Amino acid sequence: MFLKNGVKSLSSVSSTFKLNGKGVNRSYFEPSFQRNPKFSKINSKDVNHFKEILGKSGVLTLEEDPDGVASYNTDWMKKYKGNGTLVLRPKTTEQVSQILKYANERKLAVVPQGGNTGLVGGSVPVFDEIVISTQLMNQIEDLDDVSGIVTCQSGVVLANLESYLHSKGFTVPLDLGAKGSCQIGGNVATNAGGVRLLRYGSLHGSVLGVEAVLADGTIVDCATKLRKDNTGYDIKQLFIGSEGTLGIITKVVILTPPRPESVNVAFFALDSFEDVKKLFVRTKKELGEILSAFEFVDRGSIDIVVKHSKTGARDPFEDKHPFYVLIETSGSNKQHDEEKLNHFLEQLLSEEDGLVKDGTVAQQTQQIQSLWALRESVPEALQREGAVYKYDISIPLSNFYQIVELMRERIGSKGTVIGYGHIGDSNLHLNITTPSFDQSAYDLIEPFVYEFTSKHRGSISAEHGIGVMKPKVLHYSKSEPAVDVMRRIKESLDPNGILNPYKVLPGK
Amino acid sequence: MSALVGVKRVIDYAQRIRVRADKKGVETANVKMSMNPFDEIAVEEALRLKEKGHVKEVVAFTMGPTQSSQILLTALAMGADRGIHVVTDFEIESIHVAKALKKVVELEKPGVVILGKQAIDGDANQTGQYLAGLLNCSIATNASVVEKDGDSYKVTREIDGGLQTLKISSPAVITADLRLNEPRFATLPNIMKAKKKPVDKKTPEELGLTLKAHVETLKVEEPPTRQAGKKLESVDELVENLKKLGMI
Repeated sequence: MFLKNGVKSLSSVSSTFKLNGKGVNRSYFEPSFQRNPKFSKINSKDVNHFKEILGKSGVLTLEEDPDGVASYNTDWMKKYKGNGTLVLRPKTTEQVSQILKYANERKLAVVPQGGNTGLVGGSVPVFDEIVISTQLMNQIEDLDDVSGIVTCQSGVVLANLESYLHSKGFTVPLDLGAKGSCQIGGNVATNAGGVRLLRYGSLHGSVLGVEAVLADGTIVDCATKLRKDNTGYDIKQLFIGSEGTLGIITKVVILTPPRPESVNVAFFALDSFEDVKKLFVRTKKELGEILSAFEFVDRGSIDIVVKHSKTGARDPFEDKHPFYVLIETSGSNKQHDEEKLNHFLEQLLSEEDGLVKDGTVAQQTQQIQSLWALRESVPEALQREGAVYKYDISIPLSNFYQIVELMRERIGSKGTVIGYGHIGDSNLHLNITTPSFDQSAYDLIEPFVYEFTSKHRGSISAEHGIGVMKPKVLHYSKSEPAVDVMRRIKESLDPNGILNPYKVLPGK
Repeated sequence: MSALVGVKRVIDYAQRIRVRADKKGVETANVKMSMNPFDEIAVEEALRLKEKGHVKEVVAFTMGPTQSSQILLTALAMGADRGIHVVTDFEIESIHVAKALKKVVELEKPGVVILGKQAIDGDANQTGQYLAGLLNCSIATNASVVEKDGDSYKVTREIDGGLQTLKISSPAVITADLRLNEPRFATLPNIMKAKKKPVDKKTPEELGLTLKAHVETLKVEEPPTRQAGKKLESVDELVENLKKLGMI
């Protein structure tokens, strides 16, 4: 099934989907592998033991709360559904430690879960794994208001962390569409990217400390508040992006930048992807240090957002154009930023047959939100459109939009193909929809998209991670020796393999 | 024939409001200010009337300190043709604005005056009504649909019982409600042109107005902070707690 040398047969790459009966356009992922028999099955003794550790309100069972448990077992896209019967909700690191110690001894598989907004099925059980939710670990513990270093439990919702920091004059160096639901622990566990990576870098840089619990219950406290600390291997980097397979993150320490006093958003329409690239080069040069986001959406994306919007989103300009770019600037001085931006705009507008065919600058906060919504509501709108096949790739800008055009040709009348994303980071979100799940369309997508990505030395998962969706295609972006090192680390930190099994690493 | 639109500079609706230390008002220093959202809708409606050929030009009016000119710029960026700024640092009330507007109407003779139904800071919902009274002309407030009907206007109003449609003769005052329209984004060319459009600055004295306060603010306070709720485990506990609080 899993072949070593990069030679693959189609059947090992494709996954089968089973229609779930409730409405034709939804189907759940069916794993092509079996439940690992080494894991024990939960019994009433286990449940009672967990109830002793967490109290009654910390334990949800299928018998007592079937709808509740079902919601923890289904992902945000309603594409992955497990058959777990138990959800645990600890409040402290100590409780997480006790739960894992017991689970490890009993060989019970677990799935750590934050806001459950992941897009690769990494946050829900595949079979009957126990969900360990961090949602009650929502305390912000400390903020040093000189350095901007904040310490909080892993279950703090990103939007809440941002509100808190905003009131103190700081901001989270991370922002994404799921901010109302995703938790900082999950963000760190998946090394989430988002729309501000361009400005603030990745979490590997801004996270200063992590406290995590290993599979056997050992608490590893690397939650230091130090900007510089070269004392041995930097263990926290292992947990960042490990998607819950090496330990459960219980506490996070982040270096937060000062809250920008002046934010501006401009939205442009362009007629070719070449123009988009040229605009990117000029924007970086002329807006320089105040640039905080450079995102793009194509015509198809705007069409879908406008079609399904429940908030009255509409076409920003009178005429339709094939490409749109959203530019955000953030700085400490309103006058300085506005002058810079206005100068840039005047230049763009004064050119004969210029790059930008139309544009607008938000005049007030409401408009900033409306313009961002045109970019951030695409995933939600896609969910309402039909069956969604979602791909998140890093691809050099020279071939960036090519894959969208190629897929459009291949898919033809079977469905719609759109592209949008963090063009400033060379990260494309390629999305295809068909009215209901269509195996023939699916077969036209995979492995073509992965092969294209691999051919251009791109990443088959720029920021979404591997989850349960992509272990089989990990080899397109990582060599076998590299994957082997990952397996060795996993085996030494989690010998029983109870932490989020079936995810991230492909079987041997 | 022109459309005169009133726009007010208010604290941006998304800002957190803080009471000033002297408890006489709210903090406005270093706080983001924007055009009153209902006024934005008013500007949009005037622009649509112009696009349909019912008015020749859209004149934006504001009354306030020097910084209010920023708000006029926004109206001009949306497409208004010129602006009138009555510059004053006085803490103006609706009646002052209405009297200033009356003077401007006498000078400009617009066919219609469109205002936002109320400002999100004072929530007075009076200026349009005062103005119509002073001018002794027709008025339709809380408009959700505006149509030109020959020389008159057919306006649908949102009222408590539902919708009411009135036919009013020109010159008329119309105040805009939320569902009247969705204001356009200011396009780049208009944003650039806005700075060059003519803005006429006047003082209240030049208009023949003496401003006198009719209202004195005694105290401004924050609403009481919400107390944390308490989660109870059973119905018995709930009954026990309600009894303790003397509620049952």
